[in-house]
Amino acid sequence: MTARAIERLDDVAMDEVRLTTPVGEADLARLKLGDVVYLDGFVYTAREGVYRKVVEQGQGLPASVTRLTNVNFHCSPAATVRPDGAYVVEAVTATASFRFGRSMARWFECSGAKVIVGKAGLTELAYREWFVPHGAVYLTTVGYGLGAAYGKCITGVREVHWLEELGIAQALWVLEVERLGPFLVEGDREGRSLFALANREINRRLDEVYHGLPKYAMSRFGESTPRDEIV
Amino acid sequence: MARPIPVKLIEDTARELTARAAIDIPPDYREGVRRARDTEQNKLARFVLTEMLANWELATAERRPMCADTGLPRYYVRVGNEAAIEGGFVALERALRRATAEATATIPLRPNRVHPLTRVDHNNNVGMHAPEVTYAFEPGGDFIDLTTVHKGGLFGSDYRMLFPSDGIGGIKRFFIDTLVEFGRRGLACQPAIVGVGIGGSKDTCVRLGKEAACLRVVGSRNPDPAIAKLEEELTRLGNYIGIGAMGFAGSSLVVATHIEVAYSHTGGMPIAMHSFCLSSRRATARIRPDGLVEFRTDPQWFTDYYRREGTE
Repeated sequence: MTARAIERLDDVAMDEVRLTTPVGEADLARLKLGDVVYLDGFVYTAREGVYRKVVEQGQGLPASVTRLTNVNFHCSPAATVRPDGAYVVEAVTATASFRFGRSMARWFECSGAKVIVGKAGLTELAYREWFVPHGAVYLTTVGYGLGAAYGKCITGVREVHWLEELGIAQALWVLEVERLGPFLVEGDREGRSLFALANREINRRLDEVYHGLPKYAMSRFGESTPRDEIV
Repeated sequence: MARPIPVKLIEDTARELTARAAIDIPPDYREGVRRARDTEQNKLARFVLTEMLANWELATAERRPMCADTGLPRYYVRVGNEAAIEGGFVALERALRRATAEATATIPLRPNRVHPLTRVDHNNNVGMHAPEVTYAFEPGGDFIDLTTVHKGGLFGSDYRMLFPSDGIGGIKRFFIDTLVEFGRRGLACQPAIVGVGIGGSKDTCVRLGKEAACLRVVGSRNPDPAIAKLEEELTRLGNYIGIGAMGFAGSSLVVATHIEVAYSHTGGMPIAMHSFCLSSRRATARIRPDGLVEFRTDPQWFTDYYRREGTE
């Protein structure tokens, strides 16, 4: 039952969990790697543009946002603003989260976020250094590319911030959601990563996969990629 | 001179193609993914593919984009040698740019195109060299075949200069390198249609690899039997690596491998690879001067003429 028992992908139970935002302490603590999560309430999009404003330029997140939710979605919607000013969001899909790595510690301090939803996760080192001290977890989107399925779970747009300045893709969208998911628990409260588990299993076969193939006739300058972790 | 194809018809068709590409997954790829799901043993990877199949159904039923990263809209135009276009090719290019901008607002697509340094976004997927328009010609015929491709992504592509002595072993090594690098954590949004360009000058090599991924349907084979055999071998090799959907250990990495070749410098064997992802968005229409428009999902881009070897 405890997350500690998960040492291989096969150990993952994929228990279904439904959470309401803002997500509370007890709910965060019981999430296990590979649990299938659905969210009710509000989530907000924030990617490079918003991170630059908040982390680098020191602008606070609007209080109306932090009051409402502690779930930050690394994504931008396929959205448009109708001539009458109405917002239309038909689909959402996450963007790769590794790019935010260095900003995450400061981001948690500024935003109070406890749940990051994104694509492909971060390293276990990143979780231990930046997520665990702030009690945050990471949920990965599924697919990737469940744009229509996630889009259907958006019941409304509560607020949009910095739309003119950052553009549709980079603006902060506060989305009202009903059973938004599925997401998978990728980084738990103790800093373990589902992808790291997968990579360790994949690496075990690689020598056999490459067996018998010649080295390249000419190497690239500085060529070296360690197998243990790349993102 | 043949009757010209009305430019408004081109613009209307481009807008419709843009919607179809963004919303409806091509059936050849969908069935390939279904087969990958059915043989996948890893429960996480199976779960991912089952959810994707449901997502595509929902996208079509509700006319929503299948993925919110709606990629980079671009066009491939194959022009019959006898075709004429009202207003000429400048009018055609204007029609394609207008259709892209309008479809971005109406579908809506995500306005992905930004200036690479200032990050300025016109919010309409139009800008310098955007959307790209690539041309090819075909002997006979007064039609144009218009294909739009909205390829996603930052991951899954690479280029490398190999040498003749690298041989098939070097090609396999590069293939595995690229799949592993971008397959872990599912960055390539696999299982993918993998396109491989071999030979040519560098730009031709990269272009052919992309066209092989995006403009050939799952189940098609290169007409050269030796290359067709290598396509099958690489697909098997890719799925043997042990990486499944989203980078979970498994077998669902490559739906199909398509190889296209071009004559290259005698000293080299350049190779390029592209992954057409879980949102393999393409749609084609043949537009005729009498106003008839026939939609299809097979671009039929690689013709005998396109692959010709001789002077004629």
